[in-house]
Amino acid sequence: MDILLQQIINGLVQGSVYALVALGYTMVYGILGLINFAHGEVVMIGAMIALTALQALLAAVVAPVLAVLLSLLVAMAVCMALGYSIERIAYRPLRNAPRLAPLITAIGVSIVLQNLAMMIWGREYHSFPLPFTSTSHQIGGAVVNDVQIGIVVVALLIMVGLMWLVHHTRTGRAMRAVAEHPAAATLMGVDINRVISVTFMLGSALAAIAGFMVSANYGIVHYYMGFMLGLKAFTAAVLGGIGNLRGAMLGGVLLGLIESLGAGYIGDLTGGFLGSHYQDVFAFFVLIAVLVFRPSGLLGEKLAERA
Amino acid sequence: MKLHRSSGHLTLAIALLALPFIIDALLGHGWVRIADFALLYIMLALGLNIVVGYAGLLDLGYIAFFAVGAYTYALLGSPQFGLHWPMFVTLPLGALIACGFGVLLGAPTLKLRGDYLAIVTLGFGEIIRIFLNNLNAPLNITNGPQGISAIDPLQLGGFSFGSSYQWMGIKIDDVHLHYYLFLVFTLLVIFVSRRLEDSRIGRAWVAIREDEVAASAMGINTRNIKLLAFAMGATFGGISGGLFAGFQGFVSPESFSLMESIMVLCMVVLGGMGNVGGVVLGGVILVALPELFRNAAGPVQLALLGKVVVDPESLRMLMFGLALILVMLWRPAGLWPSSQRRREFDADGSVLEQEQETVYDASK
Amino acid sequence: MQICRFTLFAVLGIVLVACGNNETTSTAASDELVIRIGAAAPLTGPQAHVGKDNEYGTRMAIDDANAKGLMIGGKKARFELLSEDDQTDPKTATIVAQKLVDAKVNGVIGHMNSGTSIPAASIYFKNGIPQISPSATAVKFTAQGYNTSFRVMTNDAQQGQALGEFATQVLGLKKIAVIDDRTAYGQGLADEFVKAAQASGAQIVAREYTTDKSVDFTAVLTSIKGKQPELLFFGGMDPQGVPMVKQLRALGMKTQFVMGDGGYTPKLIELAGGAEEGTYASLPGVPLDNMPSGRDFSKRYEARFHQPIQLYAPYCYDAVNVMIAAMQKAGSAEPAKYLPEVGKVVLDGVTAKISFDEKGDIKGGAVTIYQVRQGKWSAVQTMGGAPAAH
Repeated sequence: MDILLQQIINGLVQGSVYALVALGYTMVYGILGLINFAHGEVVMIGAMIALTALQALLAAVVAPVLAVLLSLLVAMAVCMALGYSIERIAYRPLRNAPRLAPLITAIGVSIVLQNLAMMIWGREYHSFPLPFTSTSHQIGGAVVNDVQIGIVVVALLIMVGLMWLVHHTRTGRAMRAVAEHPAAATLMGVDINRVISVTFMLGSALAAIAGFMVSANYGIVHYYMGFMLGLKAFTAAVLGGIGNLRGAMLGGVLLGLIESLGAGYIGDLTGGFLGSHYQDVFAFFVLIAVLVFRPSGLLGEKLAERA
Repeated sequence: MKLHRSSGHLTLAIALLALPFIIDALLGHGWVRIADFALLYIMLALGLNIVVGYAGLLDLGYIAFFAVGAYTYALLGSPQFGLHWPMFVTLPLGALIACGFGVLLGAPTLKLRGDYLAIVTLGFGEIIRIFLNNLNAPLNITNGPQGISAIDPLQLGGFSFGSSYQWMGIKIDDVHLHYYLFLVFTLLVIFVSRRLEDSRIGRAWVAIREDEVAASAMGINTRNIKLLAFAMGATFGGISGGLFAGFQGFVSPESFSLMESIMVLCMVVLGGMGNVGGVVLGGVILVALPELFRNAAGPVQLALLGKVVVDPESLRMLMFGLALILVMLWRPAGLWPSSQRRREFDADGSVLEQEQETVYDASK
Repeated sequence: MQICRFTLFAVLGIVLVACGNNETTSTAASDELVIRIGAAAPLTGPQAHVGKDNEYGTRMAIDDANAKGLMIGGKKARFELLSEDDQTDPKTATIVAQKLVDAKVNGVIGHMNSGTSIPAASIYFKNGIPQISPSATAVKFTAQGYNTSFRVMTNDAQQGQALGEFATQVLGLKKIAVIDDRTAYGQGLADEFVKAAQASGAQIVAREYTTDKSVDFTAVLTSIKGKQPELLFFGGMDPQGVPMVKQLRALGMKTQFVMGDGGYTPKLIELAGGAEEGTYASLPGVPLDNMPSGRDFSKRYEARFHQPIQLYAPYCYDAVNVMIAAMQKAGSAEPAKYLPEVGKVVLDGVTAKISFDEKGDIKGGAVTIYQVRQGKWSAVQTMGGAPAAH
């Protein structure tokens, strides 16, 4: 029983990270209908910036809590600028181009960011210097530490905040309007370009937070870390219904749970034939099954609620 | 006019035949090998072009069919099972099995559109790779991550493409022989692609791409026609995979990663979706470009700055990424778009906008 | 029009390449013998940090040889390094191999991974160029029947056996869990470890898997926790080893943690933040400090490249020296002439006393087990020359 509980905790933590990154994919998709393939790399840049900022701040003997907050803010700011520039440079000129053109520029941006990061931060793995120890807690035989609790709580808070932003602010209303019908939104006086830029910046800020949390949780940072994470998060976004905020959250958590329970139990259930080496296969099978029966993901893309 | 055209073809034929020797003389064997890979990738890109370019179905797991073809050839022509079936059996068989997998992938996913299809195909590609990587226990089929080595070279009768021959005083190496073999297959694939393009089926694909509902109303069996696109694309991938296995003599699952699928897609889109010439161009460029940068990154820095400031290898991929972005910004419809697309693009933006809303977001 | 512009581009590119090629063919003085050593390893991608370390090790050996002013066949030898990036991709590996052959290298140090060494070996063999891999461990690499393939590293069978014997006989632990990363290296080593451990009467209570791109192992570790093993063996590299040992301890498991050579890195200690204390890892050969020529190697390496040895640099260093020794013995740097000598070389390297068996594998294959003690790798025991099991 404690093993099951532990697996559920593992899945929730992992899933919250996926969900945070998936939010970035889904926001951009909801508004532009574009898969922002470079999003995973923005997460990586966020982690790298946070690492450098944290190292510098700790070296300057800033109070630990302040250092963590400041470095997170720096990472968010840099990522927002990055997200804004990516959209301006690689996506905006192609807004009226064939749909696959921005997909290729996204892949290009992704390669460029990865190799830039390799040149700046080097090829090696870095340790992420979290300035306080993350104490472990026992819950019914299972173990969970502060950072993990933090991840789940922050992911939930961000989710709630984002829902509020989308449904109860002017910007949010503009975003929904653009998602629903760009031309009509323009006629109503919505500045589409501004809305899109804001969306990219928001998504990138979330990516920075996700990058920080992943690094804090695993303690290591590497220029290649964004690729797999981005892929998983993208899968999660589609699972929940891409374009749908609640869907991204649900898809992320579900994917995390499928992975941990799948890796934890299916091996024993099938006598070792389908073990943890098929972890990703379970995830994709569930995805395919869901899409075959619900072609728009679990929560679908209810237009009014997209974005 | 006719004479003019045939003389053009003749020049092209001579150029293609002489190419490996010209490359060899100028740049060495390494570049002939690159040309061989370019031909393999052109076949792959043309296969994907049927799915993405003609039928408008975004496939991100295309490399799986390449893998299926390669493993079929490898398993039936290596010490793994002690089988040494000849190439004229294993290659078609590989193509057939790949075709079957194409239908297998297509059937449950036909209802999906655009980006949902993309992620499912991506998942399919990964599933195939993961299975190849793990089917070494409990029963050893694929030898797992160790891969299969000592694969038989491509052979026809007693003639092996993996050896060197002396012919009228000229030494012809394995890289040259493979070039000619791959060239024959590539030309065949190009021929089939062009014929398909102009056939009833080709027009049906384009109709589906442009407007699925309208196509269906016109009496096109959209399900079968889409399945056919997957099957045809997969078949080309399977052939290319078999040739790859025979050429390399070694296959392992790491050759069939997601990045490979993405690269092939880049070839199709960058070159010009739906246009055979464009896709061929895309294949050549994307195989040659990283290798060009590999050779150029060091010397260019040396010439411009007087010393090597940045590791050439870091710069190589950076330049490759930049090139992808710049080319797409410069020519959003691809370097050499199909004439139809180019007309739409040049003539009237609204046509394109209209097309966009219907092509990929059919049921939005 | 665009085609025209493009042709221009292409021509420009080819000219650049031609320039690049010419640059390397600098003419040497007639009394000087220019010897080109090719090196191939991943210099981009996730394993780039280990690949660059390989290049550094090779470069150091070449610079040392140049500084000594060696004479080969009565001529003063000048060694040049041609380092290529194979991206851990089998296809790129064959292109790189062909390019090195084109550049008329006299020998190749590489490739780093088994998956690249195996397909590249056939190209070196066809052209008669000796290839010494510093780090490819798959048994198959030297079993392809090519007389040009050598390695200065034990293979998976040799190392897996040493590790298995250490776990079951020295540590005396019989309830064992195994994880591998599903790469050729990790899976190969883990399978050999399992074989050796089972032969000594150990019980494998869990066999789990991950990938070489994962960072979260909590699911498999939790599953393993339920089976209460005394020892966990991980076949994989340090990027996974670090988070794995951290999560292992975070889950409150006191299980012994053992890795192969992929774990014996300074990074493991630097990154794991204390969780790695007590971890075992193996490394082929004897400890650097025990070899006369090895003592100052790490010092000189750090002074030169401003980083500690990552992993295989000493093996690259030895590989180059084996090659040079064979050239000196043959009195020629021509591949065809010195190739027969490579197999006969006996060399006191920085990693071990090196000689080859008839396949090109390192003879004897001593493997040293290290443990993290007070934040430092210290040698525990050298599992001496287990006979190579093929």
